[in-house]
Amino acid sequence: MSESTPAAAARRPVDAAPEPLLVAVEVTKEFGGLVAVNRVSLTIPKRSIVSIIGPNGAGKTTFFNMLTGLYKPSDGRILFEGRDVTRARPDVINRLGVARTFQNIRLFGAMSALENVVVGRHSRMRAGLFGSIVRTPAVRAEERAVSERGRELLAYVGLAESRFDDLAVNLPYGDQRRVEIARALASDPRLLLLDEPTAGMNPQESSRLTDFMRQLRDELGLTILLIEHDMKVVMGVSERVTVLNHGEQIAEGEPAQVRADPAVIEAYLGVVEES
Amino acid sequence: MSEAMANISARRAALGDRLPPWWPRAATSAVILAGLVAPLFFLETSGFLNATIIALAYVVMALGLNIVVGFAGLLDLGYVAFYAIGAYAVGWFGSSFFYGAHVHAVVSPQAHRLPGVHLNFVLIIIAAIVLTSLAGALIGLPTLRLRGDYIAIVTLAFGEIIRVFAVNGDTIHIFGGTLTAGRQGITPVDPVYFPGVGTFDQLHLRPWYWTIFAIMLVVLFVNLRLRDSRVGRAWVALREDEVAAVSMGIPLVRTKLLAYASGAAFGGTSGVFLGAYLNQVNADQFEFSFSIFVLAMIIVGGLGSIWGAVLGALLLSYINYYLIPDVFNGIPGALGLSFNLTDLSFGIFGFLLVFVMVLRPQGLFPERRRALELTEAVTTAEGSAGPRETT
Repeated sequence: MSESTPAAAARRPVDAAPEPLLVAVEVTKEFGGLVAVNRVSLTIPKRSIVSIIGPNGAGKTTFFNMLTGLYKPSDGRILFEGRDVTRARPDVINRLGVARTFQNIRLFGAMSALENVVVGRHSRMRAGLFGSIVRTPAVRAEERAVSERGRELLAYVGLAESRFDDLAVNLPYGDQRRVEIARALASDPRLLLLDEPTAGMNPQESSRLTDFMRQLRDELGLTILLIEHDMKVVMGVSERVTVLNHGEQIAEGEPAQVRADPAVIEAYLGVVEES
Repeated sequence: MSEAMANISARRAALGDRLPPWWPRAATSAVILAGLVAPLFFLETSGFLNATIIALAYVVMALGLNIVVGFAGLLDLGYVAFYAIGAYAVGWFGSSFFYGAHVHAVVSPQAHRLPGVHLNFVLIIIAAIVLTSLAGALIGLPTLRLRGDYIAIVTLAFGEIIRVFAVNGDTIHIFGGTLTAGRQGITPVDPVYFPGVGTFDQLHLRPWYWTIFAIMLVVLFVNLRLRDSRVGRAWVALREDEVAAVSMGIPLVRTKLLAYASGAAFGGTSGVFLGAYLNQVNADQFEFSFSIFVLAMIIVGGLGSIWGAVLGALLLSYINYYLIPDVFNGIPGALGLSFNLTDLSFGIFGFLLVFVMVLRPQGLFPERRRALELTEAVTTAEGSAGPRETT
């Protein structure tokens, strides 16, 4: 069967190359006649930081949306921990261990920072309609634990404690980014997808975030997939880089390798006319 | 901007310091007690008590609709459907309407001798909750992929479909009878009966009051619990940002359907009570304007706010069922005009709604979250930053 190749790759013995966390095989997305992402393949090893770069409109966010279930791929397969999640719903993918942030921050504006993080934990909570109404001891304990965990996470991403109960809309931009990461972390993900996390940050903030990403990987054992425009961040933090242009994967490899790739330079700077 | 907030929280903290720790419980008990003894100060047949009973039934409706529209942000214009289904539950299972059947369960001795299906009031409520939850989920299904105004159109149509079924139900033959009695109405309906308490009647309104007061307390309690729970937060998250919510692990279909079903169940419960209290189930009761009336209540009170829904429902019900017909109805006559003030009631509501929206767009008793949002937007709204749009 056609599914044997990637699945077999995912089930390789442990002593071989480390088992990849996520494998995307020739993933394609068409909107009407427009091919937004064309046969992009990607392997993300466990505990690695991988970047996707490319000019605006290259299909990076579309690719993200397919990995998180917001879009269904037109073709291709996505495996998370050896499990086929190609057509899974976003909430199912989140429960399996994938969490994300958004390019244009999408916090729940009318909720406090803490409530946002608590919502992020939804898939790990169990209270149903009945439990919520009766508020059984188990539900009470769960609420307490989740609120406690939410506070820890907000502190971990560096939000001042006095801001925990502020409405998300009232937080300054940088803090909103922090809360969004905390909200993503709340579901105990193994794969964290960050969509342009340094957008709008100054160089100091960017470099702090870069350190924080490494910290996430080393302390929490997270794997991070990153869309990023800031080359300093990309080259500094990622182990592997994938370059998309017009939906096509034009390069894939280690940062230094990718940086020297003529196709990449062409995509970013345009073709140099040879006389 | 945080100044106002700091002020509020400081004032609240100061108040909290001065009061003993048991005061919230004590205050709640005092209010409930006051609600329980209040009818003793009115005549059993007083118009005010009658209006209060209807007002409380509307509070239950408003609390139900508030879950769908206020919490989950699904603009439902067909809420009358659940009133209708609840009322028909009492028409079907608590009257001689299906005269061919002889089913009796814990009913009064009088009802026991009558043909038809006669179930106890509590059993009818349970049946209505089941029926309306299913209907709520049913109307939810086609709207799952829709947003905002489009949901309103589909739900509006759903309400109209149910009304048309109710009006023409007397020509739909099922189980050897008809589906409804159309505009003739199903009447009489069994009055509420509790073993050990007795049968309610139209001349003694206090037992009706206590019944709907108890129902209202239960529904209010459920609402408050749901608001600060995993389920309630999921509803608000979906309202705020659907894409982010599903990406954070909230199952879209289940959560939305749960909101529709819970809201519908409360509407149905209230419908059962109103059917029994008004002693008839008539297709003309289920007009589209009813949906708007309940929606107006929660908007005037403050969308998404539980106490706003309570306040808005009480206010509009009293105006409609007490102030206009009983108190101010003499005004046109006194001015030398000859018309009935009740004919103007929708004009009066329209005016009130505009009035509230101009003076207090967030409603009389806004949800904490929205209140902050709006007041803070105003202080920073000098230039471009207008209030954030949330519907």
